[in-house]
Amino acid sequence: MIFGLPVISVAIWLPIIFGILVLATGDDKNARLARILAMTGAVLGFLVTIPLYTGFARDTSQMQFVELHNWITRFNIHYHLGVDGISVLFILLTAFFTPIVVLAGWQVIEKRVAQYMASFLIMSGIMIGVFAALDAILFYVFWEAMLIPMFLIIGIWGGQNRVYAAVKFFLYTLLGSLLMLVALIYLYNRSGGSFAILDFHQVAIPMTAQILIFIAFFFAFAVKVPMFPVHTWLPDAHVEAPTGGSVILAAIMLKVGAYGFLRFSVPIVPDASHKLAGVMIALSLIAVVYIGLVALIQSDMKKLVAYSSISHMGFVTLGIFIFNAYGMEGALLQMISHGFVSGALFLCVGVLYDRMHSRNIADYGGVVNTMPVFAAFLMLFAMANVGLPGTSGFVGEFTVILGAMKANFWYAFAAATTLVFGAAYTLWMYKRVIFGAVANSHVAELTDLTMREKAILGILAVTVLGMGLYPLPFSEIMHASVNDLLVHVAHSKLP
Amino acid sequence: MDLMTNLMPAAAEIFLLVMACLILIADLLIKQNNRLGTYLWVQFTLLGCSLITVGTHENVVVHAFHNMFVDDLMSDVLKLLTYLAISMMLVYSRQYLTLRGLFSGEFMVLALFATLGMMVMISASHFLTLYLGLELLSLSLYSIVALQRDSAIATEAAMKYFILGALASGLLLYGMSMLYGATGSLELGVVTHAIQSGSADKNLLVFGLVFVVSGLAFKLGVVPFHMWVPDVYHGAPTAMTMLIGSAPKFAAFAFVVRILVDGLQPLAQHWTGMLIILAIASMGLGNITAIAQTNLKRMFAYSTIAHMGFMLLGLLSGSIEGYGAAMFYTVVYVLMSLGAFGMIMLLSREGFEADTLNDFKGLNQRSPWLAFLMLLLMFSMAGIPPTVGFYAKLSVLNAVVQSGHLWLAVVAVLFSLIGAFYYLRIVKLMYFDAPESHTPITLGSDTVLLMSINSMGVLLLGILPNTLMSVCAVSVQQSLLLH
Repeated sequence: MIFGLPVISVAIWLPIIFGILVLATGDDKNARLARILAMTGAVLGFLVTIPLYTGFARDTSQMQFVELHNWITRFNIHYHLGVDGISVLFILLTAFFTPIVVLAGWQVIEKRVAQYMASFLIMSGIMIGVFAALDAILFYVFWEAMLIPMFLIIGIWGGQNRVYAAVKFFLYTLLGSLLMLVALIYLYNRSGGSFAILDFHQVAIPMTAQILIFIAFFFAFAVKVPMFPVHTWLPDAHVEAPTGGSVILAAIMLKVGAYGFLRFSVPIVPDASHKLAGVMIALSLIAVVYIGLVALIQSDMKKLVAYSSISHMGFVTLGIFIFNAYGMEGALLQMISHGFVSGALFLCVGVLYDRMHSRNIADYGGVVNTMPVFAAFLMLFAMANVGLPGTSGFVGEFTVILGAMKANFWYAFAAATTLVFGAAYTLWMYKRVIFGAVANSHVAELTDLTMREKAILGILAVTVLGMGLYPLPFSEIMHASVNDLLVHVAHSKLP
Repeated sequence: MDLMTNLMPAAAEIFLLVMACLILIADLLIKQNNRLGTYLWVQFTLLGCSLITVGTHENVVVHAFHNMFVDDLMSDVLKLLTYLAISMMLVYSRQYLTLRGLFSGEFMVLALFATLGMMVMISASHFLTLYLGLELLSLSLYSIVALQRDSAIATEAAMKYFILGALASGLLLYGMSMLYGATGSLELGVVTHAIQSGSADKNLLVFGLVFVVSGLAFKLGVVPFHMWVPDVYHGAPTAMTMLIGSAPKFAAFAFVVRILVDGLQPLAQHWTGMLIILAIASMGLGNITAIAQTNLKRMFAYSTIAHMGFMLLGLLSGSIEGYGAAMFYTVVYVLMSLGAFGMIMLLSREGFEADTLNDFKGLNQRSPWLAFLMLLLMFSMAGIPPTVGFYAKLSVLNAVVQSGHLWLAVVAVLFSLIGAFYYLRIVKLMYFDAPESHTPITLGSDTVLLMSINSMGVLLLGILPNTLMSVCAVSVQQSLLLH
């Protein structure tokens, strides 16, 4: 409770209300007011989520901070919110990134500032709603509503090919969502008229239906993750999105898909999940290895980071579907770490793009000579992306590989190749952009980071190092829920 | 006394008829260039009708005029919604029609007569009353479309509408005569009993049913009886399109429920199959063809076809839940459709129709508020939460899944995915593209207020859909179970 108000609701609605206030500031004459108001909302939005972490009981897998109210009584739909060890960190992550993207767009965004800031604030509230919803329809409402601001962000403030990317992003994700909706309605009828996700966890379902439901969920969640072969929207969306949009996409929105697997697919249809785990693992490994190779040949920095994201998310789905504690906790840790690292990398690319208006690796070279501080930051994040021990990237990847090793040596072997490929594409890019002689007159004119940029990257650097050196605060909070989920998944739900 | 008990349930219809005749005469005395008085009287009449409908409401099903006329909760709710839709249509179109010299007494009186036709259809429980209401509505609409005499395209639309409409009426009458031949009655209740008792000739019944369903499909505008819809929507002045595309859907819904669901329930196994074909064909053709349109009114015409197909899904699921869902869908559709056509009229000026896709380019730069309102409407039509369009789709899909047609639900969502594309394209034009013209948008404060209420209503009903959903479900339930 904050001032007598329920924490999660405040975390959801505070940014949304601030977003509406920001919208109300109107056109770009009041841009300064819009920025300040947005920053206030974003920071407050983060502060109110802190009680979720400090007040979280670590020894139980029960839902906490639960809010339950009637909403649509005709369909027995409730306004039902709560967090457990799986979702709580994502809420904090979402709220953490909102001030960062607001700051990142502070000067860069010059047209329709209020709409830009408001979109991010509203989206932040909606994404927290996705992670906290315990009613399937409430979840679905947040899930779909998330598309609207993102669609506008890519389409209005994006690059050259933004319209194509925005429409592709929207339709791709909508296809998956609609199939999921049919599955949810089926489950509603099957469970005797309840849309509560926790009730879905208990319903017995025959095998054929389980497999169909799994496929419907797969479309919804795999598109968001994104898994090979439905990943093709991501590079387009990332390349065309403004920096803030890329950060939110990579740091939060991809996590929504993996979270969906953990909250829906695995516990609701455990038998189908086990049966199809082989396929999921294969797709994950293809993502890890093949997409890693694809990343190697990219000439566009943003595309490279985007493909690297897909490859890293392959680890997450691998960890989930090997069904052991290492795998699942590793997957969760990897998601958090990937949020920080990929967010930071996109911000770094943004820093260069704001100055040079080019994302082409070939246009750069010798940046270290003009931007030494930036080069140091980028080095840290590149190392974290590679998974160097001592950075957050290591924790997740190592745990997943450990879990994979327990399941099957070859899974672990294939997954571990990413340590090689990841190092190859990341460091090669780093070398070409940062080192060497100053490539051209544009690079020679570059100015180093401003205070604002230093602050943003500094915060992320501290987090990446902190999580790498002392991951316990992140991992202890999820133990109980992960163990409970594994126990639940081990029982067959066939009637 | 007996006369009074007969007249009370129809009090609203009688009041409307009297007022329409009075306004028709009074309008002759008003100067040609000042129709505000007539307009206010029409609005007052609609308000009076609502008060009477609410006032004469009884919590039981009342039959009058020897079972030709029925007054139940469903008819009251639908009538109230009809008044609301007509009244909104008049507010939206006042400025638009004034600028085009069409804001005439005839238009308003014809609109009132059309309303009367809809009311009779909504309350009919006899084939003859149904037909009477339908013809009153149709003839008023034909003449309304033709009101713009000097426009070739409007005249063509009116002609097409009239000829195809007459053909549909013929089909319907032919089907009704078959049913009469088989059952010996035109009264819906008696027809039902006759079919149930098994005394009626099955072949004749099904033969008649085919014609009745075809006639209904014509009036609803579903594939393959949809040909008139795009031409009429496109050709008629936007105010007339709005009139055709909004309130009559309530009447059409009532019409289908009274005939198929209530009267011909024993033949459900036959008409369910027909409706499945009609629904799938409508959703498919409507959504796919809409993509190719460059004219917004034509696009909405195809979108209507698709929406009506989706609504049929609720009816064919064969459960009270499904009928309630179909009614909810219809209400939501009319609300969205009023807003969408209202927006076209808002952006139109003297001598300029904002009815092509390009006219919406860059609306966000010209007027962010209007663009946002239109965005809500488009996302609602596409069925994206948190707008009410999503719950309309949800309740229909739920009914379909409950009835065991899981595959039909999957087909329906796949077609709505296609549909999402062209709604999204409008959002894209408004937000992502630069405007083609920078003509300032001059607006009447009443229309902007109504537009805001209309679109925000789509959002608010999306956040709190429970009441409207329950009202629809309860009213359908009451009219189908209690008699």
